[in-house]
Amino acid sequence: MRALAWHGRHDVRVDTVDDPEILNPRDCIIKVTSTAICGSDLHLYDGYIPTMQAGDILGHEFMGEVVETGPKSTLKKGQRVVVPFTIACGSCYHCGKHQYSACDNGLPADNQDIAQELYGQPMSGLFGYSHMTGGYAGGQAEYVRVPFSDVGPIVIPDGIEDDKVLFLSDILPTGWQAAENAQIEPGDTVAVWGCGPVGLFAVQSAFLMGAERVIAIDHFPKRLALAKRFGAETINFEESAVYEALMAMTGGIGPDAVIDSVGLEAHGFFVDNVIDQIKKSTFLGTDRAHAIRQAIIACRKGGRVSMPAVYGGLVDKFPLGAFMEKGLTLKTGQTHVQHYMPALLNAILEEKIDTTFLISHRMDLEEAPQGYKMFHDDQNEVTKVVLKPGFN
Amino acid sequence: MSQSPTDHTDDAPPTTWKKGDPIAAEGLPTTTGDSIVGRTVTINRPAAELFAYFRDFTNLPRFMENVVSITPIDATRSHWVVKAPAGRTVEWDAVVTDETPDRVIAWTSEPGADVANSGRVEFRDAGARGTVVTATIVYDPPAGIVGKIVAKMFQREPAIQARRDLRRFKQLMETGEIATGSFTRKQHDEEFA
Repeated sequence: MRALAWHGRHDVRVDTVDDPEILNPRDCIIKVTSTAICGSDLHLYDGYIPTMQAGDILGHEFMGEVVETGPKSTLKKGQRVVVPFTIACGSCYHCGKHQYSACDNGLPADNQDIAQELYGQPMSGLFGYSHMTGGYAGGQAEYVRVPFSDVGPIVIPDGIEDDKVLFLSDILPTGWQAAENAQIEPGDTVAVWGCGPVGLFAVQSAFLMGAERVIAIDHFPKRLALAKRFGAETINFEESAVYEALMAMTGGIGPDAVIDSVGLEAHGFFVDNVIDQIKKSTFLGTDRAHAIRQAIIACRKGGRVSMPAVYGGLVDKFPLGAFMEKGLTLKTGQTHVQHYMPALLNAILEEKIDTTFLISHRMDLEEAPQGYKMFHDDQNEVTKVVLKPGFN
Repeated sequence: MSQSPTDHTDDAPPTTWKKGDPIAAEGLPTTTGDSIVGRTVTINRPAAELFAYFRDFTNLPRFMENVVSITPIDATRSHWVVKAPAGRTVEWDAVVTDETPDRVIAWTSEPGADVANSGRVEFRDAGARGTVVTATIVYDPPAGIVGKIVAKMFQREPAIQARRDLRRFKQLMETGEIATGSFTRKQHDEEFA
């Protein structure tokens, strides 16, 4: 089959590789019909994520048709499914509490060592996202082996096009969980850093959860325009001073809840960011984290911090004092996708949530390397690239 | 140097002690060695089910990566064949020294073992969370050149090995399978060879 493989920093290629096979009883194989490039795929593309190996197949946002099932899979050939990016067993204590991204068994035993050392406990597996998350081949391919197919994938009714449901795999539930983690109360003002897909879905979700005002912060005019479409006020950090603007816009109080949906890719013309970048290139260890610092400083006293943004390692100059003195609450984590999928699918079917606005480019899987380059180089124009095998 | 267990004023398990004699405190035979490894995992299944699976030693190679085979000799004795570096294997006969159904199984190697060792696995009911499984292994790396090779495995590896083996035991019991990041059958067979 054809698949998009990582070969190094800014080097991804569509290779011909072996087809995946059923290896465990609960596996299924799907034939991919749509798969997206995620902002977090750019972390891999930029070489920020350790434990990548040349030839690793990328992609964790994908859907397709079931073509083969293991004896314990509950899926049937021909069903269309969206697959959660988190690989969770459904049987452990954490899955029982719907904390799917904390699944005990999603990672192969040997791959659990790094997370055990780094984080204290191993996390769930992830598709196409380095060997410390399991070394699972991803969905930017013609076929994918899907473990635990009896608990992960959600079946899509006939007649619903891929573009409407594809984002159930990651970014829609991630944006929703981000808003939920902000514990929004009616009348709240919520500030969202980063108007990528997760930020934009967080904006939509925050309004659905009762926020009175949402303030979206970015520097790409096109993305800010999308946030505005959903009713958000905007701050372009290249044009205005973020903290001062937020204070002025909230009567000096600060936003009741702040959401960092930027994470590793934080842009900004600040000394701490530059230092982080130097460290990144020399010691490969410190995450760049400007957005979260700014969010904590801007947040109102006693407010809530939600952090869907991905961090992997250690962060310098985390404003722990401000965090403590102001009595803030932080909620974060990889998304418990399986928990949110059914309700969000219903919201899509009832047309309460639209996700198709996000897609700026549809391309053939063969063009994936160009898709990565475009997405990386022009984040204003390119809001989301969806790859479809056989599109041309 | 060795101190009695009563020197400890905290409640930490002996295998986590920085000082003292954890082997004596664990009640394991010092005759099988002076190195100890302890690992604990919670498995979301009833103790009886876990005990029954573990007590049938022929099941152990399924999740213990280095164990090639365990062949029962009689009700309490079994013959173990275990992988060693450089394509070698080490062997011993083990005898069950303690058994409380659904609670404890302990064994020790008989004299003449390539690598003297003893172990105990306890299963403690943890209510809604399932069962807390604690494995404690005491072993004695032998001398000599072969000993050095074996020691390499048995000194550096047991802590990692025990942890990984317990994770696989948990996966098998909770999910009915052992997670793999492999892609093709060929890769998978190499991974579990």
